[in-house]
Amino acid sequence: MKEPLIRMEGVSFDYRLNSEEVVRVLRDVSLDIYPGEYVAIIGHNGSGKSTLAKHFNGILKPTEGNVYVAGFNTKDDRYRREIRRRVGMVFQHPDNQIVATIVEDDVAFGLENIGVPPREMRKRIDAALEAVGMSSYRNRPPHHLSGGQKQRVAIAGVLAMEPRCLVLDEATSMLDAHGRREILQVLRRLHQRGMTIIAVSHHMSEAAEADRVLVIEAGRIAMEGPPREIFQRQELLRRLQLDIPVATRLAGRIHERVPDFQPDLIHPREIVDEVVRIAGKKGAAG
Amino acid sequence: MGTVIEVEDLRYTYMENTPLAHQALAGVQLSVEEGECVAIIGHTGSGKSTLIQHFNGLLRPQQGRVRVDGQDLSDPGLDLKGLRRKVGLVFQNPEDQLFEKWVGDDVAFGPLKMGLPLKEVRDRVRWAMEMAGLSFEAMKDRPTYALSGGQKRKVALAGVLALRPKVLVLDEPTAGLDPRSRKELLGRIEGFNRREKMTVIFVSHNMEEVACLADRIFVMAAGQIVAQGTPREIFGNREVLLQHRIGAPETVEILYRIQGLGYPVDVGAYELDSAAAEIVSILRPQGVKSHGPGI
Ligand SMILES: Nc1ncnc2c1ncn2[C@@H]1O[C@H](COP(=O)(O)OP(=O)(O)OP(=O)(O)O)[C@@H](O)[C@H]1O
Ligand SMILES: Nc1ncnc2c1ncn2[C@@H]1O[C@H](COP(=O)(O)OP(=O)(O)OP(=O)(O)O)[C@@H](O)[C@H]1O
Ligand SMILES: [Mg+2]
Ligand SMILES: [Mg+2]
Repeated sequence: MKEPLIRMEGVSFDYRLNSEEVVRVLRDVSLDIYPGEYVAIIGHNGSGKSTLAKHFNGILKPTEGNVYVAGFNTKDDRYRREIRRRVGMVFQHPDNQIVATIVEDDVAFGLENIGVPPREMRKRIDAALEAVGMSSYRNRPPHHLSGGQKQRVAIAGVLAMEPRCLVLDEATSMLDAHGRREILQVLRRLHQRGMTIIAVSHHMSEAAEADRVLVIEAGRIAMEGPPREIFQRQELLRRLQLDIPVATRLAGRIHERVPDFQPDLIHPREIVDEVVRIAGKKGAAG
Repeated sequence: MGTVIEVEDLRYTYMENTPLAHQALAGVQLSVEEGECVAIIGHTGSGKSTLIQHFNGLLRPQQGRVRVDGQDLSDPGLDLKGLRRKVGLVFQNPEDQLFEKWVGDDVAFGPLKMGLPLKEVRDRVRWAMEMAGLSFEAMKDRPTYALSGGQKRKVALAGVLALRPKVLVLDEPTAGLDPRSRKELLGRIEGFNRREKMTVIFVSHNMEEVACLADRIFVMAAGQIVAQGTPREIFGNREVLLQHRIGAPETVEILYRIQGLGYPVDVGAYELDSAAAEIVSILRPQGVKSHGPGI
């Protein structure tokens, strides 16, 4: 059995509002994330997703319990660098991630910190900006970009670090469908090459891309499993203020009228394949 | 009924006359009628946020003309306060909109500025928070920094709703909202528009919500409006979609793929039920296309 890349053991977390008041946001969460996994995290607003994500590379430290990244306890500050170079994080809000006054420097920032040699740096910056389609913006000030452009730059900054694990907290929320698809393709490619991906999202179709889905509710893991199983539990999801992918809904509607049509589809391509299977069989193809 | 917003040949360059000058609007032409619900869509960086920031005078026209409810925004004597009361704008980034320490105070800011009596301010805050999907009792005393991403967007939205504007302008109103919150918000926006005749202008990357909410869609590219039409017209026009790199609702994307394989389907059928009916019609070749059960 492989060692987990990230291990959470009985993690609880409190935000302190003032000297008397705390709010408990994570409650006794235990989970393992293995190298090369693609995990999606879904849950309603305020359920604790971002708080959980910030524990994956030690930005937040548990109030109770422990988080280990490649065996290093995130509570131990000596391992901070080791942890951050393994697990890269794209925040929900891109403005919080901008550190430099020029796009290129912004992408370079993390690389300088981990001591990447200049020539290698050049190569990585170019590749990262290319991957997110922002090459022609390299000399622009990042805080003067559109919302979607800022998100792309934030993603580039983390891609350039080439971490083993990429944590994306709604990193594509302001991208158009095309942009989102482009980024998803980049992620899929990295995942195929072995990168671990953890993606927080409110887009059920995006979560369907993962190997495993974690459903968070009130700081606990409420459900966990492969997307095809999770998205069959429509009623429970609805109670948790969530939904199912469009492809699944469409498949359900078609199945009601054509019982032979599989209802448990989660990807658009599966709908197309299923149409071909049945229409072809009936000889209806034009 | 009349025209609420009229934009003529609007141009805007950021950091004009500097080496970093960047033209964001290159001659925009558009008009919105009272009571309409229109969507503005377009690729990242096409100028959507820049355009709508002109509607409440946050940006002033550098060239061209913007008229809102008969007022010319280039008029030096423009009543900016009055305009902001009439046109409520929710930013793409909610953090740009939250100033007060407490959620309740933040939402109350606008109504207080309007000089409303305290009782009415409180009622409005309660109403606006519930409309935005926030429990008044649970959230009013929370600090604004101690919120999740989606909660911040809801507070920003509540702050604008509390003004009860005549024209509601929303930049990506559902980005970061969970599926139920999104659905509820869309239902309420639709309610304001249909029942209270509020004019709604929204920018969105979510083509499902564009399709179900908008009477009319404007497509932007490189700082101009390059197409306009009903959702069916826009999403049924593959060339426009591809050329300007805008997505279509997922249902339409699926129908296009099926059509591409040689099956006869109407790709404009974006609603879930119509899309399902289109697919059923090719799976049952002898059947007639019908939306009812038991064909
Ligand atoms: N800095 C903070 N201080 C105190 N409470 C906070 C802070 N940040 C978040 N919270 C609270 O913790 C809870 C969980 O927040 P979190 O940001 O993890 O939610 P989320 O699942 O990411 O939600 P969203 O989908 O809206 O981004 C929320 O109730 C939120 O109000
Ligand atoms: N403050 C600014 N200073 C300089 N340039 C800017 C500024 N804000 C935006 N821009 C540029 O102007 C163009 C239009 O930006 P705008 O924010 O209007 O785009 P958008 O259509 O809203 O994009 P998105 O979908 O990503 O939000 C972009 O190319 C952007 O880089
Ligand atoms: Mg969050
Ligand atoms: Mg924008």
